[in-house]
Amino acid sequence: MLEIEKINVSYGDLQALWDVVFEVNQKEIVALIGPNGAGKTTTLKSVSGLLRPFAGEIKFEGVEVGKMQIHKRVEMGISLVPEGRGLFPGMTVLENLELGAFTAKGRSSKEETLKQVYGLFPILEKRKKQAAGTLSGGEQQMLAIGRGLMSKPKLLLFDEPSWGLSPLLSKVIYEVIGQINSSGVTILLIEQNVRIALELAKRAYIIENGRIVNQGDSQNMLNDQHLREAYLGTESV
Amino acid sequence: MSWQVFAQSLLFGIFVGGLYGLAAVGLSLVFGVMKMLNVAHGELLMLGGYATFWFFSLYHIDPFLSLLPSAFILFVIGMGLYKGLFSPLSKLHEEVKIKNSLLIGFGLSLIFHNLAIRLWTADERSVSVIYSGWGFSLFGLRFPFIRFSGLVLATIVILALHQFLTKTYFGKAIRATTENWESAALMGINIEKTSMISFGFGAALAAMAGTIVSVGYAIHPAMGLEWTLKALIVVVLAGLGNIGGAFFAGVLLGAVESVSTLFVGPYMEVVGLVIFLLVLELKPQGLFGKSIA
Repeated sequence: MLEIEKINVSYGDLQALWDVVFEVNQKEIVALIGPNGAGKTTTLKSVSGLLRPFAGEIKFEGVEVGKMQIHKRVEMGISLVPEGRGLFPGMTVLENLELGAFTAKGRSSKEETLKQVYGLFPILEKRKKQAAGTLSGGEQQMLAIGRGLMSKPKLLLFDEPSWGLSPLLSKVIYEVIGQINSSGVTILLIEQNVRIALELAKRAYIIENGRIVNQGDSQNMLNDQHLREAYLGTESV
Repeated sequence: MSWQVFAQSLLFGIFVGGLYGLAAVGLSLVFGVMKMLNVAHGELLMLGGYATFWFFSLYHIDPFLSLLPSAFILFVIGMGLYKGLFSPLSKLHEEVKIKNSLLIGFGLSLIFHNLAIRLWTADERSVSVIYSGWGFSLFGLRFPFIRFSGLVLATIVILALHQFLTKTYFGKAIRATTENWESAALMGINIEKTSMISFGFGAALAAMAGTIVSVGYAIHPAMGLEWTLKALIVVVLAGLGNIGGAFFAGVLLGAVESVSTLFVGPYMEVVGLVIFLLVLELKPQGLFGKSIA
């Protein structure tokens, strides 16, 4: 569904990604993990269009999208739940959700999707008239995810969904991500909380210093000695 | 001084303040969406005033009727200016963007100012309709018909803008872009198109203010800078990008200036600037602004 072919991305003179290659198949959950500053967010920004690679290709359903404008990619079915949530804090919860359904496709099924989102997160319906900036951290993450769903995406990208959340809330959010996936949405997520990501994802890629250094089945990675030492601490799984 | 003199000054101040507000709302809208400061905003107001003046002089169209065609002309001019001059800046970093937008704005204001002198001479002009002298008195206060309807009109325009921004999908897209353009783009909003139309709206709002100025007051080619400054003061008073607050801040500035004339005479402009500096010093997020974390 998504094929990343040797993309190179830079911020001015500073190159952040070097020949990054990976793919996400339909209905899969794929995790991209790695330390701070490895290029995880840069990768997601390149897929969503906030950044453009200077070399390499990004193919979505066989179409090259690497140079396409952001809003065109949303129309094609790529949606990003951004780092730090990126809500519209001065607008109400409902307005945030409505904006999620800005595309023609999202708008035509707005009421129906809204019901689904309220089904996933009942608290959002209770808070719908409230300004998004007044929500708690967990509620804000729920709103960001709900907003991402409103465009009816085929591919949903998550940038650190557990960021700033308690372990318990992270678990709740990850369960919902699993549910979203079972409803047919393909998922690519990046995460610093490696364990929770690997427990949900089927496959994972490891990125270090802007290069993909390892890939494989999540379960194998959880048992991998090197990985456990590097990312999971020494405790047993 | 009798209370009547005071109240009359206050009233006239509120009338002109409504126009400050209208001018400032356009500037604020553009700044909010694009994070660019269009210092040629006053010149757009001047052009709007001239459009109305010529509609009246050449075709005898009532200024309150030519308000919309004048606004439409400036809407188109505004979109053209955005596309040709400001759009290339949109990819730059915020600080560089605002600096470059200032330079372009200053250049534009010089061009429009001189073009207006060249085309229409430096004469002061004003639209004098049959009802120019009409008015009514209430509680011993004089309500000139044109200035009063100017304020009513400005209020209606602001209310309509408010409805548009809060009730329509496109209006919400404008507010979303103002709050966080990256997230707005991720919602599928076309930022380039939204910016272009917002710039057009900003110019159209300036034209409406210019229309009312051409009837209730007077227009001339050099008026632009003065109005840009008023609008800037009002925008800062209200808080950058705060569209609703800009109208109230405009009325406030008009009222304060007018009343202070009674005490300091021709130095009334200084009073406005002193308030401006005090607000910057004490409440930099603006009177109606939320503090920026």
